[in-house]
Amino acid sequence: MAQPLNFVLNVPETPEDHGSQEPSPYDESEVHDSFHQLIQEQSQWVAEEGLELQQREPGAGGQETSGHLDESFCFVGSGQQALPGPEDALVHSTATLRILASMPSRTIGRSRGAVICQYYNRSVRLRRRVSRPELKGVRRSARPSLRLYDLELDPAALQEEEKRFLLVKELQGLPAAQRDHMLRGMPLGLAEKRCLREESQTPTGKQRGRQGPRGLFPCCGRLRDACVLALHSLGLGLLAGLHALRPWRYALKQIGGQFGSSVLSYFLFLKTLLAFNALLLLPLLAFIVGVQAAFPPPAPPGSARSFTGLELLTGGGRFTHTAMYYGYYANSTLNQPCAPAPAGGRCSREAAGLPYSMPLAYLFTVGLAFFITCVTLVYSMSHSFGESYRVGSTSGVHAVTVFCSWDHKVTQRRASRLQHDNIRTHLKELLAEWQRRRGSQSACGRLRRVAVRGLVWLLSLGTTLGCTVAVYAFSELMIKSPVSAEQEGALLALPVVVGLLNLGAPYLFRCLAALERHDSPVLEVYVAVCRNLILKMVILGILCYHWLGRRVGTLKDQCWENFVGQELYRLVVLDFVFVLLDTLLGELVWRLISEKQLKRREKPEFDIAGNVLELIYGQTLTWLGVVFSPLLPAIQIVKLLLVFYVKKTSLMANCQAPRRPWLASHMSTVFISLLCFPSFLGAAIFLCFAVWRVKPSSTCGPFRSLDSMYEAGKVWVRRLEEAGPRVSWLPWVHRYLVENTFPVYLVSALLLAVIYLHIQVVKGQRRVICLLKEQISNEGEDKVFLINKLHSVYERKERSRAGRTQEAERLTDDPDAW
Amino acid sequence: MGGSGSRLSKELLAEYQDLTFLTKQEILLAHRRFCELLPPEHRSVEESLQMRVSLEQILSLPELKANPFKERICRVFSTSPARDSLSFEDFLDLLSVFSDTATPDIKSHYAFRIFDFDDDGTLNREDLSHLVNCLTGQGEDTRLSASEMKQLIDNILEESDIDRDGTINLSEFQHVISRSPDFARKPDPLFSCSAPLRLSCDRSHSVCPSKHPVREPFHC
Repeated sequence: MAQPLNFVLNVPETPEDHGSQEPSPYDESEVHDSFHQLIQEQSQWVAEEGLELQQREPGAGGQETSGHLDESFCFVGSGQQALPGPEDALVHSTATLRILASMPSRTIGRSRGAVICQYYNRSVRLRRRVSRPELKGVRRSARPSLRLYDLELDPAALQEEEKRFLLVKELQGLPAAQRDHMLRGMPLGLAEKRCLREESQTPTGKQRGRQGPRGLFPCCGRLRDACVLALHSLGLGLLAGLHALRPWRYALKQIGGQFGSSVLSYFLFLKTLLAFNALLLLPLLAFIVGVQAAFPPPAPPGSARSFTGLELLTGGGRFTHTAMYYGYYANSTLNQPCAPAPAGGRCSREAAGLPYSMPLAYLFTVGLAFFITCVTLVYSMSHSFGESYRVGSTSGVHAVTVFCSWDHKVTQRRASRLQHDNIRTHLKELLAEWQRRRGSQSACGRLRRVAVRGLVWLLSLGTTLGCTVAVYAFSELMIKSPVSAEQEGALLALPVVVGLLNLGAPYLFRCLAALERHDSPVLEVYVAVCRNLILKMVILGILCYHWLGRRVGTLKDQCWENFVGQELYRLVVLDFVFVLLDTLLGELVWRLISEKQLKRREKPEFDIAGNVLELIYGQTLTWLGVVFSPLLPAIQIVKLLLVFYVKKTSLMANCQAPRRPWLASHMSTVFISLLCFPSFLGAAIFLCFAVWRVKPSSTCGPFRSLDSMYEAGKVWVRRLEEAGPRVSWLPWVHRYLVENTFPVYLVSALLLAVIYLHIQVVKGQRRVICLLKEQISNEGEDKVFLINKLHSVYERKERSRAGRTQEAERLTDDPDAW
Repeated sequence: MGGSGSRLSKELLAEYQDLTFLTKQEILLAHRRFCELLPPEHRSVEESLQMRVSLEQILSLPELKANPFKERICRVFSTSPARDSLSFEDFLDLLSVFSDTATPDIKSHYAFRIFDFDDDGTLNREDLSHLVNCLTGQGEDTRLSASEMKQLIDNILEESDIDRDGTINLSEFQHVISRSPDFARKPDPLFSCSAPLRLSCDRSHSVCPSKHPVREPFHC
């Protein structure tokens, strides 16, 4: 393997490198010999096998030294290859090109022999599990970059058949599963793979197969085999069943096929949200709702209201005293029915096992559910960040766009035409942006653009402010004129106003955005997302203030937690109604109008940004309401399921694929981080405030006798302290870790240190990448240099030969010269 | 369709399952689709394994119709001497590479070969301009202008031609592609669904579970 490198190595070390110096005849002749030999051999093959070999299928292989070399001749024959070396566009002779074309870096993409070779090397490395020797310890001639794939030029290189044989042997050494895995991953034809597999079936395996029946207990063996096989197929069947359970597999493929991956990403995000809600709901169901339902508290007086149907919208009425809301849950220990009875009633039976304290369960379950959600969210966010912004992936946008932008999922002609358009626009934009970054704009134009953008931003922020003020004023109005229990419909007023604002404002923003004419559509989308996000978050902030700041004060004698829960329920339900309305008006009606009236064949586009923000908004509402209405995630799940089908139907019927070059890259990262940063963080802050600072209402709920929800934990710890030394570590943990501020600082310091370490590691990796890149480009320069050298050597040889023949001719012509 | 007799033998099916990224159902479905392309008198199992289907017929499949790379795809996977017809095994190869479960490694290898229009083992400027034309559409009005094209190709080479030899070889290609978040992640736009032939969802709504849900990590 190291053999072929001799000649490579010899070249730069010839004194010819030093330009002016006279080459020593010995070195030169050696170089000549080594090259000449190669070139002659290859010319022979060309003569023997001819150029028709370019038509040969790779499966046919070659009998000559390296089977794929013959294929490379077609490339040589075309002779178009010019290597932009230092002295750009230098046209090399065919011999140079021939050698160039058969370099491993070129052959690996094309020929069977090279593939076999590469996989042979891989399997060898796999078997030996020996790390490569240190670079500096290796002679320059034995660099791994060249050693990795045998150098095909070497006359003594292993023949393809031989390499194949070696590969087969290597494969024989592997266990069957690994062998199949390896074969599956090889970029070879199926026939070739079957051949390799046939040959690499180990003799021992075959023997084992034959020996089985001949063993001591043939029937036992057969029985065992049958059992194993049956179990195996059963397992596969079960796994298949599990995969069948994957929801919406078919629907998602259909969407991807018709609209491309950008629209698909909306639906995938919806699916992710469903998973988050299920994750949130499960512990709540198991530890709060289920347990409380098993020990139902006494029904409050006068709760026997009839069901009117309006409850589905308002969430009040008959729903008020159910497991849906906070107020339903007891502030007692559940499986000790006598202990908490304030009147000191008789104790009929002693509690068996551990007492189940509802306040504690409530606090810990909600906390745990939130914590799990937080960890999952942060993990998926970091994962998706890691995927989309890898170290050292800052450049390459043109190449990636060209190589990876065709969505092979698209199978419709129209969609494919759209995709052509998209890609073209995107490429043009990229080029325009690239040029813009190079050149600068006129000051006047830039000024005007900045002015327009500032104006539009002012207008949209003004709209947001207007909406906020409207919501605030309306909420104050609602507080001043309290709604009686009879007219529940009036409770819907605030959510309707909020929903209307949420529905209307984005359309206004879209109109405003038409004014400012951004250069890149991607930026336009991000700006739209940003504006809508600000609007929604500000409105939610006002509502939170309204609930915790104002409502708590006004609802002194009632259960304010129930009220907030109902309010959030109403918002969630009305949000769904408005999504339906939006779908109906924005998509169906618009399509009908544009088809019937305007006679245009254009359908509305699916507004990914708007729809995703709707989802995020709904999810924020759910998170806000978890404490006050533990079943809200269930409502959200139902809502998401319905939204999925409604949106899918509407998409199929009314929409066309988005015209904007809105590629799916980075998209799910953006969605997930939006979900994490303003949405989840905001909800968590709101809930923390509610748990730590706000006094729970004194008439209902598990925390009715306490000053804050958090007190429940403190009370429990105090009780544990009194209970005795058995669990004394818990109060200790509480005293020193929770109440003391020092551990918090310590943990944050540790966290910061870990983050700092990671940043340093990434920095180091970046530097290593830079160094490696530099090294590779140096290698490339080496290559170009060597090729030029080779070229000049070859040319000189030609010249001298020509000179010699001329001289010889002269001599023969003119023998008298001597 | 070939009727009840045209089922692949169990051993063959198992072998195909082991050597491709396809599941049993997918292979059977692929065989059925392949047989439909054959003339009716050649639809027995033995013949269907021997027969080759011409390029035109494969290209007429609805799943490939809209794909600008359809001819390249067929040529790359064809093993016939003239590269103009596909046998059933070639067809399976094609589907295997395009399936969801195929490794990024093999996908990028075949992507490279598909983009290498002149089959010379590297992507040179001609290949790249051909590729860009395929992407933007072949019509005169849809192409990029010459200066744009030159600029684009210069940029691509600048970004991905690491060793500065003026062409992109397989390793450089794989390197660039591996940096694309879309390619590395599961729903990658390049060769993404079981498309171009959406086997799983086309005819039957049969589920096609991936056969090896747990793939042992296999580092080389």
